[in-house]
Amino acid sequence: MFTIETGSGFWNPIIWAISIAIAFLLIYVIRSIGKKEYKKDTEQVKSFLSGNPEYEKEKMHVKASNLYWGFTTSLKGLYNLLRKMHTGNTSDYVLWFVIILAIFFLIEVI
Amino acid sequence: MNIPDYTIAMVVAIPLLGAFLTPLVSKINDKIRNIFVILVLALNAGLVFLLASEILTKGIKTYIFGAKDLTFPIVRILFEVDAMSIFMAIISSILVLIAVIYSWAFMKENTGLDKYYTLILLLTAGMLGMVLTGDMFNFFVFLEISSIASCALIAFWTDVGESVEAGFKYIVISSMGALFVLFAVALLYGQYNALNIALLSNLIQYTFLDKIALVLLIIALAMKAGIVPMHMWLPDSYGSAPSSVTVILVSATLASLYGVLRVIFTLYGNALSTLIRFDISVNVLIGWFIVALAVISIIIGVTMALIQSDFNRLIAYGAVAEIGYMFLGIGAGIVALGTAYGKIALNGGIFHIMNDALDVALLFLVAGSIYYATRETSLDKLCGLARNMKYTTVFFIIGLLAIAGMPPLNGFASKILIYESTFQINPILAIVAILCSILLLAVFVKVFFSAFMGPKISKYSDVKEVPKSMLISMGIIASIIVFIGLFPDIIISNIVEPASNALIGYSEYVSQVVGGL
Repeated sequence: MFTIETGSGFWNPIIWAISIAIAFLLIYVIRSIGKKEYKKDTEQVKSFLSGNPEYEKEKMHVKASNLYWGFTTSLKGLYNLLRKMHTGNTSDYVLWFVIILAIFFLIEVI
Repeated sequence: MNIPDYTIAMVVAIPLLGAFLTPLVSKINDKIRNIFVILVLALNAGLVFLLASEILTKGIKTYIFGAKDLTFPIVRILFEVDAMSIFMAIISSILVLIAVIYSWAFMKENTGLDKYYTLILLLTAGMLGMVLTGDMFNFFVFLEISSIASCALIAFWTDVGESVEAGFKYIVISSMGALFVLFAVALLYGQYNALNIALLSNLIQYTFLDKIALVLLIIALAMKAGIVPMHMWLPDSYGSAPSSVTVILVSATLASLYGVLRVIFTLYGNALSTLIRFDISVNVLIGWFIVALAVISIIIGVTMALIQSDFNRLIAYGAVAEIGYMFLGIGAGIVALGTAYGKIALNGGIFHIMNDALDVALLFLVAGSIYYATRETSLDKLCGLARNMKYTTVFFIIGLLAIAGMPPLNGFASKILIYESTFQINPILAIVAILCSILLLAVFVKVFFSAFMGPKISKYSDVKEVPKSMLISMGIIASIIVFIGLFPDIIISNIVEPASNALIGYSEYVSQVVGGL
């Protein structure tokens, strides 16, 4: 029950949910046997920043465009190509339709 | 309980009639109009579910408009509804109903709402007509109805230049697609003097003209379904339309995907499974072509989503990738037709149609809620909204995890079927699919981080949670997503499996008409 066969295995979300619950329980148990010297609302909980002076909190938020900068920069070649492809011009949209139509035509008809 | 055959006609007629009545009801007052539209669509959804219960237990149902007897000249249109048709009708009717509930508050500030609701009802009639009809020309007519209504809805915010531009692009692309569909229908009619899908399927000889018709139908409908590289209209349209409209557009896009399935599996079902080309079965050739387009769609959809800073366009590119997953499952199913894993791939592809529709719809509703609360869609400008929009944040997290295929939500249940079955065909396909799914998670984590997390900024300190009608709409979709995620077997065995059986067992669809109707 609640199981789907995937051909080479199975997936049962209920078993998964129970496993996750057990895992969280274990985490909780391990955490509870740890050190208890944690002091709330003291210097201990503040993060340490070195280097330039700290900006105001509002300016500290990393903008969406800057996220994954390393990933997108390393794939600059691919992104340049994709940007060139997405012109926003309706004629180009039609051109891509014609290209795919021609390719499928060659495969299927000729 | 036996329900009458004319229920099929009512499913299309009710929204159509509702569309014409809406401007009149609007004269009374706005609240009554909103209630009227919701009631019309709720009634319609109820009829779809009644029809579904009968079709899934008793088999295909037909309804004939026009001549009952086969005396010349035969003037009639036949609606033929099997498990695949009703599967699509269920998705469409749920999404449209949710969209109008959401619209109550979301579109409140707008003028011209009588036209807005009229267009939504027309679009609903068009979509449902597309998935229920058994006639090729009728399919084209409903495709046109849905295209024209969609175009007007995309450009509904006429004061926004981008919306009008997106509407223009959509109508150009849609008209061209529809024109090629009409040309293909004419090619078939010219040869066989028939328009009925079942009858044509029985007659098709796979001549040169049939091949041209097949190419035109598949490519035109695949473009309407938003497959790469013919997807470029999709981010423009999804990104510029009101979010409530986008939810319905998702459903309209899937109706075109249904068209692809109907053409391959039913219209050409007889021909494709028996013919050989380049020493390969024709269905394998078509299957690999679809798989190739699907893989490109997944990769390009995800990579483009990663660099978007507009919330709506980002989801739209995510939706392109998701369409790729559907086509991957379906293409793999066609390649391995007749094998056990081919069937699982097809099940996965069809199941993903439902899951994608729900996941993408939820994310668009969240994007709409953020726009409603902040009047902003740029992720670069949004920040720390989780503080003031707690429910919306929860719904976003559910949508995020579901679309990224994280267990135990619905996206995972269909994706695992696709991963494991495509692995049997070629492991690279499964690896690409899994890696892109991880990237999709990264894409939506970016949204979560930039829009919902971060410090409290003064600009959004007064932002409030969205009105109840919008929360209820998102809540309904989120609940369905969680339910399907936890109990996927119920959906697969009761709706998905019969739908894929209906596609594979096209002879039953054909014999229903050829056998004497």
